[in-house]
Amino acid sequence: MLEIKALHASINGNEILKGLNLTVKPGEVHAIMGPNGAGKSTLASVLAGKEDYEVTSGEIVFDGKDLLELSVEERAREGVFLAFQYPVEIPGVSNVNFLKTAMNEIREHRGLPALSAKEFLSLVKEKSALVELDATLASRAVNEGFSGGEKKRNEIFQMAMLEPKLAVLDETDSGLDIDALRIVAQGVNTLKTSDNATLVITHYQRLLDYIVPDYVHVLFDGKIVKTGGKELALELEEKGYDWIKS
Amino acid sequence: MRLRRIFFRIVMAGYTENELAEDLNQQEYRYGFVTDIASDVAPAGLDEQVIRWISEKKKEPQWLLEFRLKAFEVWKSMEEPAWAHVAYQKPDFQAISYYAAPKQSKKYESWDDVDPEMKETMSKLGISLEEQQRLTGVAVDFVMDSVSVGTSFKAKLAELGIVFCSFSEAVQEHPDLVKKYLGTVVPMTDNFYAALNSAVFSDGSFCYIPKGVRCPMELSTYFRINAGGTGQFERTLVVADESSYVSYLEGCTAPQRDENQLHAAVVELVALDQAEIKYSTVQNWYPGDKEGKGGVFNFVTKRGMCETQAKISWTQVETGSAVTWKYPSCVLKGDGSIGEFYSVAVTNNFQQADTGTKMIHLGKNTKSTIISKGISAGKSQNSYRGLVQIHAQAENARNFSQCDSLLMGSECGAHTFPYIECKNAGAQIEHEATTSKIGEDQLFYCQQRGISEEKAISLIVNGYCKEVLNQLPMEFAVEAQKLLSISLEGSVG
Repeated sequence: MLEIKALHASINGNEILKGLNLTVKPGEVHAIMGPNGAGKSTLASVLAGKEDYEVTSGEIVFDGKDLLELSVEERAREGVFLAFQYPVEIPGVSNVNFLKTAMNEIREHRGLPALSAKEFLSLVKEKSALVELDATLASRAVNEGFSGGEKKRNEIFQMAMLEPKLAVLDETDSGLDIDALRIVAQGVNTLKTSDNATLVITHYQRLLDYIVPDYVHVLFDGKIVKTGGKELALELEEKGYDWIKS
Repeated sequence: MRLRRIFFRIVMAGYTENELAEDLNQQEYRYGFVTDIASDVAPAGLDEQVIRWISEKKKEPQWLLEFRLKAFEVWKSMEEPAWAHVAYQKPDFQAISYYAAPKQSKKYESWDDVDPEMKETMSKLGISLEEQQRLTGVAVDFVMDSVSVGTSFKAKLAELGIVFCSFSEAVQEHPDLVKKYLGTVVPMTDNFYAALNSAVFSDGSFCYIPKGVRCPMELSTYFRINAGGTGQFERTLVVADESSYVSYLEGCTAPQRDENQLHAAVVELVALDQAEIKYSTVQNWYPGDKEGKGGVFNFVTKRGMCETQAKISWTQVETGSAVTWKYPSCVLKGDGSIGEFYSVAVTNNFQQADTGTKMIHLGKNTKSTIISKGISAGKSQNSYRGLVQIHAQAENARNFSQCDSLLMGSECGAHTFPYIECKNAGAQIEHEATTSKIGEDQLFYCQQRGISEEKAISLIVNGYCKEVLNQLPMEFAVEAQKLLSISLEGSVG
């Protein structure tokens, strides 16, 4: 589904990713761990197509398509979803309106008719229950006045609505208390199918107690330096990142 | 503006900015067509003869002719104001024709009698009266150039004693009312353009709501400039008698023209004790092309007078005109009266707008609210200019002002000129102001959810203007949203 080959990317002339390789198949959950500054969030941004980052060499193939050729919105419509570390507030735009606009754009891209208001609203009801999101949040402005936990749950709610092929969770656990963490993880697990894949980017092992990865990769200085099963996360937790560096 | 009534669709299906964008398939100014109806046009230039000619043409009573002539004398002694933050070539007032009436002398017996070409114009604007009457329940008084050509729902309104007709008709049929209130809120000496309008106004709308009557429908008038080289000088007078209520909608479109056209209207609102007037405007006069050529000069004086416990609420969405100079104001004369001003002003390309409001607090316990949202794009200049004036006798007066500016791109300008004059120490005045740019991170967030940049901008801008759009009657709000999108198409990137 996703194949990243020898990816080099920089921001403002500083090279952050220095030859990253990664292959993700449908149905798999991959965790990317690493110390601060290793390039974890850069990877997420490059996958989503954020303009600030310049890909200097390498390739990313997603579902047989050259992802780097696609615009931000085309990637999203093809099924790449980024759960933001810091979700953005959009004052005056209701969550529902925002999502309906997004969904219809994606559906149009896939040759599907727009959802009727009724279908859409029943979907909102179903999916918001998944992340125990208060129904009133759906009618409030996008992320405006949401608590940190509500913002993260809102990201997973949007993910549930948009049904991406590849979900990239960028530090989704940061700032979450243990209950919110459990709810978010449960949401992600419920959405897992044999056709989609999840890339969990995290600094800490604790999220992986709830979202159990098939593979754990350690990102260090712009490259993946170690790959293993879920037990690698525990080992990292115990020994710290210095273990990798040495 | 698009006047197509889509009210029913909205009620049934709900409306999103997405559908809104789908409906937009044309970038150029939508109403740039000229109707070829033989016009009865006054020769260019302005002197006493022309004023007498207009007055005679309209079979006006002597007092109105005298009113006009007096205003003309006043106007001659005045100079064009130069304090606004706009730069433009001053109009040559002797090169303008001051009156253009579609040549159609007889009154229409029925809708079928109306000139087919005129109907065509209306249907291009999307407001066939038939459709209007059948579907929407909005009574429309359609002003093409200077003469009102069709008024609907008159009979129904008449049952309640409501008068809603063209200004000329009111002069003939309700001369006492017109005489009593004309010029009482905006005196002819008020300013250069008000004086000019008082001398040469051609037509407009008149509305009277009797005591205790709540007008059951939105009253709506559409103005457009049609003949080339003619200015339009409407006069609107709305009188809400004691304890009455009316919601009045005004929309404007003008065909595309190369030379600048002058539009200098006067709107006077009178809200007697405990009356309420809600006045909504969606304005998209031709703004000129992308190089800044052509476009309408919109120099308008709008003011309302509030008696005891009366309330006047101005809501405006301004996307058009090359140069706008406009300050819908409230004189809070009566104790406990309330004035409100909600505004969205969009400028793109080379447009210039200097707009805002004046809240004059004279009575005790008077309250005013100002919410102004400016959006500038392209190379445009957008200014808010507001005055909050608390007089010494205005005990306990309160004002809240919020002025937000949104910038798109790096070549436009946003300016705020808030004036506060307070002569009573017990007054409470609050002023908040923000200036922001459409955030890259907001756009990225939207795009990452599959939303195109254009739609994302439309979404963000409509969210930004929500407090104002919420004040508009629903069908008007949708049109306003569309207008915002049309005006800002292609302005980022």
